[in-house]
Amino acid sequence: MTAMTDDSIPATSRAVHDEMIAFGVMTAMLAIVPLTGIYPFFVMQALCFALLACAFNLLIGYGGLLSFGHAMFLGTAGYVTAHALKVWGLSPELGILAGAAAAAALGVITGLVAIRRQGIYFAMITLALSQLLYFIYLQAPFTHGEDGIQGIPQGRLFGVFDLSKPTVLYYVVLAGFLGGFLLIYRTINSPFGEVLKSIRENEPRAVSLGYKTDQYKLLAYILSGTLAGLAGSLKVFVAQNASLTDVEVAMSGQIVLMTLVGGLGTVFGPVVGAFIIVAMQQYLSGLGQWVTVIQGAVFVVCVLTFRRGIIGEIAHFFRRSL
Amino acid sequence: MQALYAQLLVGLINGSFYALLSLGLAVIFGMLNIINFAHGALYMMGAFVAYFLLNLGGINYWWALLIAPVIVGIFGMILERTMLQWLAGLDHLYGLLLTFGLALIIQGVFQNYFGSSGLPYSIPDVLKGGMNLGFMYLPIYRAWVVIFSLIVCIGTWYLIERTRLGAYLRAATENPTLVRAFGINVPRMITLTYGLGVGLAALAGVLSAPINQVRPLMGENVIIVVFAVVVIGGMGSIMGSIITGFALGVIEGLTKYFYPEASNTVVFVLMVLVLLVKPTGLTGRAA
Repeated sequence: MTAMTDDSIPATSRAVHDEMIAFGVMTAMLAIVPLTGIYPFFVMQALCFALLACAFNLLIGYGGLLSFGHAMFLGTAGYVTAHALKVWGLSPELGILAGAAAAAALGVITGLVAIRRQGIYFAMITLALSQLLYFIYLQAPFTHGEDGIQGIPQGRLFGVFDLSKPTVLYYVVLAGFLGGFLLIYRTINSPFGEVLKSIRENEPRAVSLGYKTDQYKLLAYILSGTLAGLAGSLKVFVAQNASLTDVEVAMSGQIVLMTLVGGLGTVFGPVVGAFIIVAMQQYLSGLGQWVTVIQGAVFVVCVLTFRRGIIGEIAHFFRRSL
Repeated sequence: MQALYAQLLVGLINGSFYALLSLGLAVIFGMLNIINFAHGALYMMGAFVAYFLLNLGGINYWWALLIAPVIVGIFGMILERTMLQWLAGLDHLYGLLLTFGLALIIQGVFQNYFGSSGLPYSIPDVLKGGMNLGFMYLPIYRAWVVIFSLIVCIGTWYLIERTRLGAYLRAATENPTLVRAFGINVPRMITLTYGLGVGLAALAGVLSAPINQVRPLMGENVIIVVFAVVVIGGMGSIMGSIITGFALGVIEGLTKYFYPEASNTVVFVLMVLVLLVKPTGLTGRAA
């Protein structure tokens, strides 16, 4: 069985050096966006999806677990944050905290069920669990069903930063993204991350070495879900609504697609993939259902010819770690 | 009581579709090691082919029952030959991603031309009307769907578990290299198996056309329920898939009567319970 990710480049000091340079370039480029006249809402939306894809990638790229239901974290955190802001009147920081906490709790509950099976079954179970949640949200009164929660007040973060100003909101979202990104980067380069990779490569051997692999997988799943939730909470401030589309299977599929296009198991791939897919939707939105067909075609082409993804191919070609 | 029996019948009908679909998934998984995410889209294609046959070719329901699965089966075999076969030896998950992409393409194309609303497909004259059984009114078409599905399921079980061809198939599932050494063309068997699994999905589509109408997204939610059915039943056993499919359909029907709010979610909740008690599924063996 060939593992899903290309790990021929060992994590050396050169690899860390490359990744640091790439991180510096990415941060600098993102930091000057408001000065360039690029539509900030597009970049903010892409940043939320980038964080989401990075969180998903932590599971598939480093733990070998394909979650086909990651939209449930995005949607749950979004609903909770939206409800907290609008109905309870909480401040933005507490709203984000509530959303992430809800995603973490969901991660504990669904994780305990899903990690009982591996491989293909894990993917089917997470998919079914997210569909279960979809139907619950469809019927629960606080989500307002098909309408969703709309007109959410943005408020002032810590009572200081006025989130209704696009530039302020942009840097807050950027800070959230970079914080989540660095946490994931730290995780995959920690002893915990090394154990996770060993589980991906050969779980029975990891068990035989005395690691309680279920605990590692559960922890990675909860961390991934919580960060996906953070992305969902931030997205509420950008979109000012929370709706059923964020919990749908199609959304989970898009998360997979972003990561696959960018490169499974690469550090920067999910970010690049998220920007590409969000841009694609933006520019092709006039084509109606053909967007779905194009997305399907991208899936097929990627799986058949381009399994390393964009960043994965670049890293492989230059023998660098990105 | 009338309503209870009516929901039981609806449950049995949905159970027939779950059984036909999960049976196909299990057969495909056994030979190709692929979870066929496109199964729901191919089920939809079966219904559409029956619709085209009737409205464009004037070919009636009975011929559609035969021709639609063959056409969709051939379409599936082309997919297998041109795409799926290149995934042999790779991680299972790539098969899931590829077939998910195929499902998006197929459903997207149909949605473009037919929107999201349903097209009517009328019940053939012979099966119209119903019988009064005293305790309930039984529409003949619905009884036909349940009985015919059962026959097809048991026929498939017989083909795989009791015939020589089935023995080759099971042997190739266990050890393809050894079976090839005996001069059996295993790649061709894999293609035919995919065609068979897909044909079963298309057959379910034709059967459902007069009941559920013909819609581009008719397979979208069904496939996820069938995934849950497969997780509950385990994919190790053909008979297991059939029984689990029917049983869950009935449970869903009962839920619609006793607690309708949970009828969409009951299969998923059962999946969670089964995973907590017996993680390998009811008939599954440890991986």
